[in-house]
Amino acid sequence: MSELKRTPLFHLHQAAGAKMIPFGGWEMPVQYSGILEEHRAVRQAAGIFDLSHMGEFYVQGPGAYDYLNRLLTNKLAKLEPGKAQYNLLCREDGGVLDDLILYRLDKEIFLVVVNAANIDKDWDWFQSHLPSAGVELINATDDTALIAVQGPHSEEILAKVTPVDVAGITPFTFQKGRVSGIDTLIAATGYTGERGFELYLDASEAETVWNKLLEAGSDLGLVPVGLGARDTLRLEMAYSLYGQELTVETTPLEAGLNFAVKLDKGDFIGRAALQKQAEEGIKRRLVGFKMIGRGVPRHGYEILNRNSEVIGAVTSGSFSPTLEENIGLGYVSVGEGQTGNHIWINIRNKAVEAEVVPLPFVKPYYKR
Amino acid sequence: MIPSDLRYTKEHEWVRVSGKRAIVGITDHAQKELGDVVFVDLPDIGQEVVKGNDFAVVESVKAVSDIYAPVSGTVVEVNETLQDNPELINEDPYNDAWIAVIEMLDPSEVDQLMTAEEYEAFIDGE
Repeated sequence: MSELKRTPLFHLHQAAGAKMIPFGGWEMPVQYSGILEEHRAVRQAAGIFDLSHMGEFYVQGPGAYDYLNRLLTNKLAKLEPGKAQYNLLCREDGGVLDDLILYRLDKEIFLVVVNAANIDKDWDWFQSHLPSAGVELINATDDTALIAVQGPHSEEILAKVTPVDVAGITPFTFQKGRVSGIDTLIAATGYTGERGFELYLDASEAETVWNKLLEAGSDLGLVPVGLGARDTLRLEMAYSLYGQELTVETTPLEAGLNFAVKLDKGDFIGRAALQKQAEEGIKRRLVGFKMIGRGVPRHGYEILNRNSEVIGAVTSGSFSPTLEENIGLGYVSVGEGQTGNHIWINIRNKAVEAEVVPLPFVKPYYKR
Repeated sequence: MIPSDLRYTKEHEWVRVSGKRAIVGITDHAQKELGDVVFVDLPDIGQEVVKGNDFAVVESVKAVSDIYAPVSGTVVEVNETLQDNPELINEDPYNDAWIAVIEMLDPSEVDQLMTAEEYEAFIDGE
């Protein structure tokens, strides 16, 4: 195991008393004041996250569009410059290599943001599929800081440190501009279900921008948030996490990500397998459930039916700070996945009852 | 502050001895390491426990932690308040958040547990 990498904000996290853990090859803050408090701050006020461990690849050139359209599952034709799009990177067999956000910076310039644990694997995949000419790939991970500000007060906080009209940045769009004087890509994307922004900037300026944002948000309830609350926030939204809901063993159709798979867009890697699966029907599907009995579902626990037969496994589970109930996601045989169906979670060899519920568990801000 | 009248294990449980009864909980150090506690799985009353074996579970948002019996004996009381108020473990680990009472088979087992001084040195060295 090679040494853990550190983001440009590592020393600030240490100074703030954060608890650091290894995550995807990086030494990252899992919590500052406490997961529940940080989670609630994001739902009620705002939180600031260091996501500089994420990978950033620039893809540019006259062949960039066709190249990406062939690697990714979503329809790039819908992605105009200034917009962002959720995408999956699949193998030929439809298994998911990664999920990512694609930003179209210009007609022929794209930014691909991938999961930290997959940076090397994705980079190799992108490299090995390059055409002989017309596409340039740049791995900007080490030079790029990613700071997210998420929560109902995020707009007001950001507006204090940038001349950009942040209220005008609608979900899945972005603007370029200065944040506390630093050139930044300000994107209205995130992983929390709240109004929020992700800021991409030069790694050398990360501390300045982080501190300015914290200062701007000090009277608006802004707190630093670690990976612990990031996980509970995304789970309440039922957003997939790579390595749990998504792996090379699962397809986007099984994970319920059909909205990001456009089988009619022309050929792409994995299309044939996914087309076949769509025609034949999936055998298992990702569902959400709430515990009825006492217990916290956890990644890897078995899911049983009424007859104690194993019908699947939990991919993620936690206490939900918003609902104050125990919730989970998991794959079950397709016939067992209807809303209202009762399932049982094998918790330390006890079958604990749960109920399949509609997703997401908590409504995202734009539906409240 | 580590209470001086309790005895401690390397797994960060504390024991308050009263005759043949051992009241068991987890230490302040343990609750801090765990973070926000959201679930406690209590043993059954009447359950026989063996020193060193797990007999309860405390879960925080991120972690599942087994609680080991510091002494052998029979569970005679459990703190049911923790089922609805698991956060007591974070708030008051040495008093309100006791987990269970074990009636000891051999009260001399307590002598093998660490004193407050020894426990303090133990966590400093960890």
